Amino acid sequence: MAVTGIILFGFVVGHMLGNLQIYLGQEQLDHYAELLQANKPFLWAFRSVLLFCVSVHIWAAVVIWLRNRSARPVKYKMFQPPGLDYAARTMVWSGPIVALFIVYHILDFTVGTANPDFIKGEVYHNVVASFSNPVIALVYMAACLLLAFHLYHGLWSLFQTFGWDHPRFGWIRRALAIFFSVLIGAGTISIPLAVLTGFVR
Amino acid sequence: MKLTLEVWRQKNGGDKGGFSTYELEDVDTHMSFLEMLDVLNQDLIVGGAEPIAFEHDCREGICGACGFVVNGVAHGHQKGSTICQLHMRHFSDGDKITIEPWRAKAFPIIKDLVVDRSSFDRILQAGGFVTIRTGSAPDANALPVATDTLEHAMDFAECIGCGACVASCPNGAAMLFVGAKISHLALLPQGMPEKAKRALKMVEAMESEAFGACTNYTSCEAVCPKEISISGIARMNKDFRRASVAGAEPAHGKKR
Amino acid sequence: MKLDARVPSGPLADKWQSLLDEIKLVSPANKRKHTIIVVGTGLAGGSAAASLGELGYEVKAFCYQDSARRAHSISAQGGINAAKNYQNDGDSVYRLFYDTIKGGDYRSREANVYRLAEVSNNIIDQCVAQGVPFGREYGGYLANRSFGGAQVSRTFYARGQTGQQLLLGAVSALNAQVAAGTVDLNIRSEMLDLVVVDGRARGIITRDTVTGEVESHVADAVLLCTGGYSNVYFLSTNAKGCNVTAIWRAYKKGAGFANPNYTQIHPTCIPQSGDYQSKLTLMSESLRNDGRVWVPKAVGDERAPNDIPEDERDYYLERIYPSFGNLVPRDVASRNAKNVCDEGRGIGTTKRGVYLDFAEAIDRLGEDVIRARYGNLFDMYEMITGENPYKAPMRIYPAPHYTMGGLWVDYYLMTTIPGLFALGEANFSDHGANRLGASALMQGLADGYFVIPNTLGEYIAGAKLEAVSPDQEEFNAARSEVEARTERLLSINGSRSVDEIHRELGMVMLDKCGMSRSAEGLTEAIEQIRVLKKEFWSNIKVPGTGEELNQELEKAGRVADLFELAELMCMDARQRNESCGGHFREEYKTDEGEARRDDENFTNVTVWEYKGDDAEPVAHTEELEFETVELTQRSYK
Repeated sequence: MAVTGIILFGFVVGHMLGNLQIYLGQEQLDHYAELLQANKPFLWAFRSVLLFCVSVHIWAAVVIWLRNRSARPVKYKMFQPPGLDYAARTMVWSGPIVALFIVYHILDFTVGTANPDFIKGEVYHNVVASFSNPVIALVYMAACLLLAFHLYHGLWSLFQTFGWDHPRFGWIRRALAIFFSVLIGAGTISIPLAVLTGFVR
Repeated sequence: MKLTLEVWRQKNGGDKGGFSTYELEDVDTHMSFLEMLDVLNQDLIVGGAEPIAFEHDCREGICGACGFVVNGVAHGHQKGSTICQLHMRHFSDGDKITIEPWRAKAFPIIKDLVVDRSSFDRILQAGGFVTIRTGSAPDANALPVATDTLEHAMDFAECIGCGACVASCPNGAAMLFVGAKISHLALLPQGMPEKAKRALKMVEAMESEAFGACTNYTSCEAVCPKEISISGIARMNKDFRRASVAGAEPAHGKKR
Repeated sequence: MKLDARVPSGPLADKWQSLLDEIKLVSPANKRKHTIIVVGTGLAGGSAAASLGELGYEVKAFCYQDSARRAHSISAQGGINAAKNYQNDGDSVYRLFYDTIKGGDYRSREANVYRLAEVSNNIIDQCVAQGVPFGREYGGYLANRSFGGAQVSRTFYARGQTGQQLLLGAVSALNAQVAAGTVDLNIRSEMLDLVVVDGRARGIITRDTVTGEVESHVADAVLLCTGGYSNVYFLSTNAKGCNVTAIWRAYKKGAGFANPNYTQIHPTCIPQSGDYQSKLTLMSESLRNDGRVWVPKAVGDERAPNDIPEDERDYYLERIYPSFGNLVPRDVASRNAKNVCDEGRGIGTTKRGVYLDFAEAIDRLGEDVIRARYGNLFDMYEMITGENPYKAPMRIYPAPHYTMGGLWVDYYLMTTIPGLFALGEANFSDHGANRLGASALMQGLADGYFVIPNTLGEYIAGAKLEAVSPDQEEFNAARSEVEARTERLLSINGSRSVDEIHRELGMVMLDKCGMSRSAEGLTEAIEQIRVLKKEFWSNIKVPGTGEELNQELEKAGRVADLFELAELMCMDARQRNESCGGHFREEYKTDEGEARRDDENFTNVTVWEYKGDDAEPVAHTEELEFETVELTQRSYK
């Protein structure tokens, strides 16, 4: 789970950085997209790795979820454990929602079936077209917020899973998790927000 | 003060169990929580009913025998204490208190609030020790241990094995307990030779019991009566990962 | 009853080694053919079972708790003594021996105590190697603290949880043997009888406390490591489950019971707050290093402590004992607290309490220093009482804590029944009439790790043991007796709870066989105990059945035995016409009101032999011979 999480996290960072080129103008973004599409075997190899990671990530999540459910067959009548990490509680539903969002996201911008104004290859146009619809833009912003939460907990959990800890510098783990999740949240949310507010048109 | 108790009653492991409600008229605020149950039990016995079974022994917060969930919180809401150390002055007149046993598949209920925690001991028996023959130890001062290291180990060694971490974990995971036990010995030079083997054996034993897996909810450390840190879990994971990669046995110096 | 202590001849310092050199051994191939039963998994039982398993014996260990690591040794706070002399303050094996025997008011056996001091150093080595995190100094070497009754600093500690850490160490050794298959650990099993075949201990009868099943277990030797019986007082610092049943059953099967009256009443415990009180909590004795003990001068002074001016307070320990002041030994401090409360000057709602005041120390050293020294104790006090000891003085009162009496054992730790051994607090051997702080842990581990693994071999190698079967007559008889007794307890169906009557027993005992005793009071007590015992057997109510987890039934069985023990304690206290250690007889005191020993007539151990339920037990004596130390009168003025 943690290993695939790291890879997927890396992808999200790269993907976001790529997409932020939207602020550099239509030409730059479309050129970048063209570049990605240029080497087909590489593209598909890359996509297969991602798909594999997503599958393993989901599979691991389901296994853990099932195991944890069976570890407490009789529920408490009253259960208010103190100190519960808020992000940890969201993982159970933020995971599936993010997964559904990814499917929609691919249909929207890669396949294009979910986007009525879709023009293959014209990424800038497609983005503006999609996000001009306030409902879609809001859905994207909500999903990205959720993704940020998901990554926050994932990142900090990663340190625990790998045992990267230090009695004095252990706090850095939380700090790094917050830093990256805020960065990703802000970066990804900024795009639909920019289109919606007319900053990018 | 007056209190209403809602207590889980279950005759034995096979019984379905359910809640019973008891009204207490005159609870002294200086009583401990267990003494409040004692008083209720006296009334039940004299009235011909079966008293509520709950585990307890030292009543000083160190033996780890007592423990149940009070109003949704393992050992009650007082931080850093077992239920035997919680006193009734922390409740108010008219309060309704819900009392449930530790609920986990790995801790089957024996009766009322008494659960079977022998899964913990099976984990300890798998490797929670330093192998040293009686009488063969070198002088105690032969090996100095830095005070910081020592105090760090002691922080984990304080674990009383009560099971509150499992009870409070939404996943019913035992990682705080196992992490504490592994960290105590892994931090000390005396525990080093068996560090890898111990981590493998104890984690394997933990996995073979019906505990859940850690997803970092962190409520275990919040209810731990000894306030043991989840950094023990990180250490356990690290030791286990390294031992899994390297193997528990040392590399051979000769080709076999 | 023959009382042969079997102390090896030769100079005191050579006795143990000469025994080790000559003792019979059991060959490794033969050890696994012998089953050894160990009852109790505290420091003595846990370490014994682990060491014997490691030697190759087939060990069966039993405890009533749900885990071996919950035995009451876990509650010990202060530390464990050893003659390491790491402090370079002149400590030696001889000094530890001398302090222990003097602290016990010269009522223990020299050779046993010397051996205890001798192996004390090995204990520390063993525990450190197991991973016991003893406190250390900045250089990384072991630290020591001082404790009462000694002029050297020899106490090793692990924060305020030394007992816990030592027990976790011993139980980890036990767990290693369970994993190795040499120890069969039986939890939630209570020993309810001893089985003697042809005059030798050959097994026990247990009750599984979850299923109620009564089982027979056969062995070649039985080790009782079942702790003390302070719960006879109902309110004590012992765990609620501590009981006398195992050693009492052994007594009724012919084992001599030595000095049953010797009880340690610890001076610094949190006082009782109401009738519902279930136990008393000990506050470490170290508090007396900085706290000053006082009560109001006037009887019936109801003012809050901080409203009582300095000249209306009586710092009675400082007044009576100017040289030792608040640091007098435990028995002296306890007795004086009782005296001022008897005068009507006690404090708190129950009037059974005295103040332990830190105001002067906080003034002198600052609150931070006091917090650093005693912070965790102050927090514990506040958690229990709801009072802030930094602002108002603590309230303390003595509470029963440890019982020096127990089964009589010889130098090999064997009782008067061949094949039956007693270790730790369950035996009488090392502390005489008063135990020094930090010595209980030492004795438990000495017996379990270093004495019994050697001395048991002598018995096993020397005894011709016929095969016995769990179905033979002696076992069946004992089992039916246990079942009948359970049945009887369940069928009384009276109107009072076990706790209620136990509480009354405790009050009689504390009042008449506690910190101070008199022949007249003890005779009264025996009468009262008999009345209460009758009430118990005719009017208790034990709900439920015997075939399930039944905590009331367990309790009833234990209290029934405590009743019988209580009577013996009073008889023992009544026949010992002297004051020594924890045993203070009002008739035997100096002109200044201090304890007065009678060395001429009572330099001995009283060993009681059971003669049947309807007959008086018979007292035998083992004369104590002091070859090395000279008997002196303790003085703390």
